[in-house]
Amino acid sequence: MNGDTSGYGGLVVKSEPIAAADRPFGGAFDSIADAIEAAVPNHAQAITGIVIDRDQMTIQVKREHLVEVAQALRDDAALRFEMCLGVSGVHFPEQVGAELHAHYPLLSITHNRRVFLEVTAPDADPVIPSLISVYPTNDWHERETYDFFGIIFSGHPHLTRIQMPDDWMGHPQRKDYPLGGIPVEFKGAQIDPPDQRRSYNK
Amino acid sequence: MTTFNDSDPRVADERETTEGKVFTVQGNDWDELLHDLSSTPAQERIIVNMGPQHPSTHGVLRLILELDGETVTEARCGIGYLHTGIEKNMEFRTWTQGVTFVTRMDYLSPFFNETAYCLGVEKLLGITDQIPERANVIRVMMMELNRISSHLVCLATGGMELGALTAMTFGFRERELVLDVFEMITGLRMNHAYIRPGGLAQDLPEGAEQKVRELLKILPGRLKDTADLLVDNTIWKGRTVGVGTLDLAGCMALGITGPILRSTGLPHDLRKSQPYCGYENYEFDVPVQTSADAYGRFLIRIAEMGESMKIIAQCLDRLKPGPVMIEDKKIAWPAQLAHGADGTGNSFEHIRQIMGTSMEALIHHFKLVTEGFKVPAGQAYSAVESPRGELGVHLVSDGGTRPYRVHFRDPSFTNLQATAAMCEGAQIADVVAAVASIDPVMGGVDR
Repeated sequence: MNGDTSGYGGLVVKSEPIAAADRPFGGAFDSIADAIEAAVPNHAQAITGIVIDRDQMTIQVKREHLVEVAQALRDDAALRFEMCLGVSGVHFPEQVGAELHAHYPLLSITHNRRVFLEVTAPDADPVIPSLISVYPTNDWHERETYDFFGIIFSGHPHLTRIQMPDDWMGHPQRKDYPLGGIPVEFKGAQIDPPDQRRSYNK
Repeated sequence: MTTFNDSDPRVADERETTEGKVFTVQGNDWDELLHDLSSTPAQERIIVNMGPQHPSTHGVLRLILELDGETVTEARCGIGYLHTGIEKNMEFRTWTQGVTFVTRMDYLSPFFNETAYCLGVEKLLGITDQIPERANVIRVMMMELNRISSHLVCLATGGMELGALTAMTFGFRERELVLDVFEMITGLRMNHAYIRPGGLAQDLPEGAEQKVRELLKILPGRLKDTADLLVDNTIWKGRTVGVGTLDLAGCMALGITGPILRSTGLPHDLRKSQPYCGYENYEFDVPVQTSADAYGRFLIRIAEMGESMKIIAQCLDRLKPGPVMIEDKKIAWPAQLAHGADGTGNSFEHIRQIMGTSMEALIHHFKLVTEGFKVPAGQAYSAVESPRGELGVHLVSDGGTRPYRVHFRDPSFTNLQATAAMCEGAQIADVVAAVASIDPVMGGVDR
């Protein structure tokens, strides 16, 4: 599936992921990076890259180190990101080996700044450690992301569906989830499921 | 009548647990249930499903309460009854059409949804500082009017749920005054789709400023009436003081923002700490309380409505003639709406230009309306201070004309997680007061 589903351009949009930045990052980002390096002893293994884009700092973290990085971001006096604003899943089927992304916005009220954590997991093993032990607010957010993307947050005390009915099959916001599929018939005419109509069929 | 098949794997079945037998009622089996119940020892725990259809649960919220007499020993929320898949739907509409969806999420604060979303799209496009001044002033004005109407519904429904019916009639009556202004400016009482990426759908109609000024004359007296009704009311205080308490540590752990966080004494407000739409140019205070209870949140909402009126008055003074849409013709919506004989439509001048004199303008109009504009690949997070707290939007673009992923971090969703912390150990009647003080809007919770 490509981005242009309008049926008019017919163009295949190919966008490479935005490359990780090198120092200096500019602004307050360097001091945040310094503080993280001081607070996370094995930052070289835990952090795979830092993306500076549109005045936002996104720290890409290996999933096995997510909890310790988040713990340091919350507790270190120079970082003090005391609030997590949930988790948002994204599904990139074409990024083989890292199809599922989890995006965590963090807010430091103390220093009045934001930073974002990004973690990836392959479709074959969709497991990301739960952040509930650090940020209890992520309870419902992780359930929602599990519900819609099938990311299994290991360590979550009761990872169940939250929006869809308990007996629902599949994870609706994944890109490979079929749209509709219930044929609507009216006086002999049949309406295709939305993703097979002209506009979505390119 | 059909009954569930025993072999249906999706149907919950009766089973023995360490805490006793769990019964499942599926309809048409009342006699069997009574028979089974009579053969089991009496249970002291009662689990009550309050909602999703219940007049005191603020919409389709389902509360699962475990009771010991009148005391709530455990409280859990069941949500999802209003899930409409808006985030998924938006992936199949253009960036501009997305506004029509997001305005329906938290239906009591549509302008906040629209602004948060548009700020995100503008951040992705890199046009944040090209938004015309007049558009920003009108955005702020609409948001603050919306904050008043939203808080009025909170007082109205919260009052009704606690038996203060006059608060309900007052609240909804005053809200209607604000909605009249919305209707005049956008054409709709709710679900406006007025704020668009790049600016606004259209400029203020003639007489709108006058109407807002009139509202600012009427509202203070009316709001004072509502406040007088409740602020020193013994019954109201009896129902809300010390009820639904959640301290600062609890708020930080649970990610609570908005009036609930400010009722613990922390003056955290994104309009002050991370201003957007030019909020740094307005003078207003952030009301705080230190009681951390339902009464404190009520006082904060009353005070915030007063602050909003201060901001609206400053907006009217700052309104200068000018464009309300970005200059860049590759993004700006091409329509020039005007009142025609058949209601609102495209202006005669615009139709004459694109149909009669400029084929390029016609092509441009067609492409922009059907295909939409492309947004450079990347992701952005934008947040505004909605009446309920931090409303965050996570947008991902793959460079196409439609969002790749839209996620709303709705404050109602997060704040509702505090239900258990606020209610457990309290009386069942206090659950109603606590939930009302959270002010969840299920349209925003479930999206």
